[in-house]
Amino acid sequence: MQYIPNILFLIVLFLGIGFFIKNCKKIIRNIKLGQKVDISDHKKTRWNNVFRIALGQSKMVARPLSGLLHIIVYIGFVVINIEVLEIIIDGLFGTHRIFSGLGIFYNILIASFEILALLVLVSVVIFWIRRNFKKIKRFWSPEMKGWPKNDANIILYFEMVLMSLFLLMNVSDLQLQILGADHYNTAGSFPVSSYLLPLFENLSETSLIIFERTAWWLHIIGIFVFLNYLYYSKHLHILLAFPNVYHGSVEPKGKFKNLESVTTEVKLMMDPNQDPFATPTTESDVPAKFGASDVLDLNRTQLLNAYTCTECGRCTSNCPANQTGKKLSPRKIMMDTRDRLEEIGKNIDRNGHFKDDNKQLLDNYITREELWACTTCNACVESCPVSIDPLSIIMDMRQYLVMEQSAAPNELNISMTNIENNGAPWPYNQMDRLNWKKN
Amino acid sequence: MSEALIVPTMAEYLAQGKSPEVLFWVGCAGSFDDRAKKITKAFVKILNNCGIDFAVLGTEESCTGDPAKRAGNEFLFQMQAMANIQTLDEYKIKKIVTTCPHCFNTLKNEYPNLGGHYHVMHHTQFLKDLLNEGRLKVEGGKFKGKRITFHDPCYLGRANNEYEAPRDLLKKLEVELIEMRRCKSNGLCCGAGGAQMFKDAEAGTKEIYVERTEEALEIKPSIIATGCPFCNTMVTDGVKSKEKEAEVQVLDIAEMIVNAEDIT
Repeated sequence: MQYIPNILFLIVLFLGIGFFIKNCKKIIRNIKLGQKVDISDHKKTRWNNVFRIALGQSKMVARPLSGLLHIIVYIGFVVINIEVLEIIIDGLFGTHRIFSGLGIFYNILIASFEILALLVLVSVVIFWIRRNFKKIKRFWSPEMKGWPKNDANIILYFEMVLMSLFLLMNVSDLQLQILGADHYNTAGSFPVSSYLLPLFENLSETSLIIFERTAWWLHIIGIFVFLNYLYYSKHLHILLAFPNVYHGSVEPKGKFKNLESVTTEVKLMMDPNQDPFATPTTESDVPAKFGASDVLDLNRTQLLNAYTCTECGRCTSNCPANQTGKKLSPRKIMMDTRDRLEEIGKNIDRNGHFKDDNKQLLDNYITREELWACTTCNACVESCPVSIDPLSIIMDMRQYLVMEQSAAPNELNISMTNIENNGAPWPYNQMDRLNWKKN
Repeated sequence: MSEALIVPTMAEYLAQGKSPEVLFWVGCAGSFDDRAKKITKAFVKILNNCGIDFAVLGTEESCTGDPAKRAGNEFLFQMQAMANIQTLDEYKIKKIVTTCPHCFNTLKNEYPNLGGHYHVMHHTQFLKDLLNEGRLKVEGGKFKGKRITFHDPCYLGRANNEYEAPRDLLKKLEVELIEMRRCKSNGLCCGAGGAQMFKDAEAGTKEIYVERTEEALEIKPSIIATGCPFCNTMVTDGVKSKEKEAEVQVLDIAEMIVNAEDIT
């Protein structure tokens, strides 16, 4: 009988981590549906970026208030997780505050967890007020209606509840320590929860133990539920930000990727020794599809980008097209990419393989109007705190529109014809290129 | 005045068995657009004045392919790029300067993958180097103490992290440099990039160039300085739409340097 809590805990741990691993595998499978990318270069720069941008939160502070609040929640998340380790050991082996043997160091740890928990709680409440009551434009865009808004609030409620449970667990523990209850040896320092002591003074030892155990169990179960909620939410960035930043571009932002398949074709066209009427002999001679019409045409970094996006909307609020009322929203590009990828993932879960559903990212999710509104100014890329690149998806989809469908806006077709015919986007003769010298 | 311009072509240099220190890539706007041609001439005046040994490709120059690439036409871009690389390599070009950030970005970042490796500079970077080497003298002149703001071209700033060269030149002109709310890495696009210059904007509530111009006018500059022929066009249109052309000028930094010194 005495091992029932241990066994229960083992089951909770097993289920919590088991489901999480299952979902992680699904994410990895879905990302691997994308085209391979080589990120073996610039290792040093990439690690540097991970330390500076992901761990160091260097881009968050571009917006001082939300940046500061985010850093508090981030540090709280990382540091308070040390406590989870203790909870897991205690749960498995039936110990209580196993790390308390660390003495003064333990007191410092618990004290800092408490202070951080309070700071996180305050920050999260401010986040909630900002999101729901202040008319901050990036939280009220059309793509944020419905689930994305609820999702954001659910995450904030989770954090509020978890931090509160942590503090309640501590204060009831402290009161039990004061009463000298069995197993509740004096350990830890409680600079925050001790203020709540008056509320617990009149409770009996039994009620306190029930209260403390309930808070303890709800706290750890809450953590596991939250861990598994991640996959269904926009909150995966707490894990994926790190690999995503590692994958992020290390080139100047103006350098758009070179399409190798086109290079091969153009070289063939320009080679005077090539027989223009030759039929392709090997499979590799058959030209690949140019650009992207669906998520499977995108590369793995772009798909990882989509899972990493936490819909903060910095990209959209800095987008010149969006600011001037155009339909384009870089955040929506990322959300659509993830939604479509999830849809394909579920299709594969159902059918064992991808069964054509007559849908694609282009038109069914992202409209042409959005794609053509982009000025390629890189403001979205610059503003993303976790190195997401919505512009690369826009460019890949434009390539599909132009090279596979010849569906550019007419004015652009005219410009491109001019470039082809006379080497300038305007209809001026190349032979007049030096005329500026004369007049 | 036009007679004073000395603009040798690469073909002429080759005929004399010489090669210039630097190739001036004029670009389509610089060659054909009436407003941008003035920037081209201003820059050439500075080059002439400093005795820089340069040449242009003239009729052998062709669009870098930037608007084609950004419109999604990788084929056309690569055809343009490979043809240009062929021309540049035949003349054994090592160093290129250009007054257009789009040409600058494409030549610098996107030609290497197709075999074209050159040392490419934006004209503000080139002029700053001339200044540092003592080959160019810039003094305040008529711009001394004037309220001037610089509009960062996306393809010079965010795309290539060059924010200081144009500002250093403006400081040399002893202007009162004032910054717009959104500047440098946070700078707002003029609305012309990504081939938007060549099409109408999608439906919205405002033109991007108007938004940008309004922001510039808020801080009451007497000149909005730029370093890009397309930004120049857009902001000039913006100033006109606000009927402020009598009070606010839109000038390229090269033009300002020429005007300050009254170089002719």
